[in-house]
Amino acid sequence: MIALIDYGMGNLRSVAKALEAAGAQEVKVTAHAKVIAKAQKLVLPGVGAMNEAIAELKKLKLAEVIKEHIFKKPFLGICLGLQLLFTESEEGGRTLGLGVFEGRVKRFSNKLKVPHMGWNNIRTQNSELRTQKCFALNNIPANAHFYFCHSYYVVPEDKSLIATTTEYGGEFVSSISKDNLFACQFHPEKSQSVGLRLLENFVRL
Amino acid sequence: MLTKRIIPCLDVKDGRVVKGVKFLHLKDAGDPVLVAKRYEQDQADELVFLDISASAENRGIILDVVRRTAENVFMPLTVGGGIRDLADIRNLLNAGADKVSINTAAVKHPELIKEASGKFGSQCIVVAIDGKKRPQCLPVRQAGTVHSPQWEVYINGGRTPAELDAVAWAKKAERLGAGEILLTSMDADGTKNGYDLHLTKAITDAVNIPVIASGGAGKKEDFYTVLTESGADAALAASLFHYQELTIKEVKEYLKKKGVPVRC
Repeated sequence: MIALIDYGMGNLRSVAKALEAAGAQEVKVTAHAKVIAKAQKLVLPGVGAMNEAIAELKKLKLAEVIKEHIFKKPFLGICLGLQLLFTESEEGGRTLGLGVFEGRVKRFSNKLKVPHMGWNNIRTQNSELRTQKCFALNNIPANAHFYFCHSYYVVPEDKSLIATTTEYGGEFVSSISKDNLFACQFHPEKSQSVGLRLLENFVRL
Repeated sequence: MLTKRIIPCLDVKDGRVVKGVKFLHLKDAGDPVLVAKRYEQDQADELVFLDISASAENRGIILDVVRRTAENVFMPLTVGGGIRDLADIRNLLNAGADKVSINTAAVKHPELIKEASGKFGSQCIVVAIDGKKRPQCLPVRQAGTVHSPQWEVYINGGRTPAELDAVAWAKKAERLGAGEILLTSMDADGTKNGYDLHLTKAITDAVNIPVIASGGAGKKEDFYTVLTESGADAALAASLFHYQELTIKEVKEYLKKKGVPVRC
């Protein structure tokens, strides 16, 4: 069973349906710590503001259970579900995240159109930021286009976490991975066939 | 590199696609979900559903359409038409819409933009602006200066002038938290003579959020022009794609050949 963590930030229906289309047998949309603890896999989705998200997670007492299980079972974070993993964000003044990884969440420069919205390509290899191979990108073309819709991006302290980068007024980190954890800024559930393939990689893990 | 988006729009009335879709190979050309699937195969970058149901009860039907679409089509979906308040927005997002497009209600109650973007995030709040050139402000040359044209905002499906300047309204919408502007030129709409480059450029120059140009597309060159000359991030078309006068694939292949970044 895959637990799709529901903390009231955005519609989870698309994510659930996309996971099912990617072959998931059982997806449970849940806000219960017990279900999360019991699940074989975890998905942390979410759109919206980080300060509200972290407040909701704490109110529902989900922050602790997520941190406890995040490395124990395959984990997929999407959009806000990536940003929440880091130490702190510029959003809403200064917001503390879950702190699973050291790093900051920063806003795109005002010189750019913000939100960064639409289809942009990922890079799996580059010289400046180190990138690593990971399970989620299996059979995904090195230059594949994914759908993005966000105003903030993550800056991990540990560059070895970086799985892909993307260009938008400079290179930013569009996904990270570590062992069986993958978290991306783009929306695989909205990225047509290439997105479903990525979800399939997670479902099959 | 961020690509330019090509977006088909479906007019949905009482749960059915109207405008007389003539898709081949579709058993039921009036079912929005089947049409959406067809557009997905054709590499549309997003979909827009415009609900033009007349009665309030029938507007509820759109939720079911959105639900079924989200089950079958894995691409961004914007829904507009008849949205009045936060509850309408929440229902559409929960049904599976990624963004909602607000027009009349935003003009009448601008604070709705602020409340909605605060609650659901700017990324899902699209403000739709229907603009029409003000006749008294056609460009006039006076002693070497050119007075730039102005555009009036219209609401209620283009029936009522809102007594707002389109550029000023776009700026205000951005300030209130809109994440995107869906800009329709009422002068160009239906003409097939190309997008209104003046209006589009006036808006993209004024705001720092993505702008979708709409109205006037008649040939693939029109997409090229609006995406390269007006600062638009995306181009929307309805009847052109409905009637298969052009396919999205054809448009994208043409744009790619001309060096415009597109996903294909």
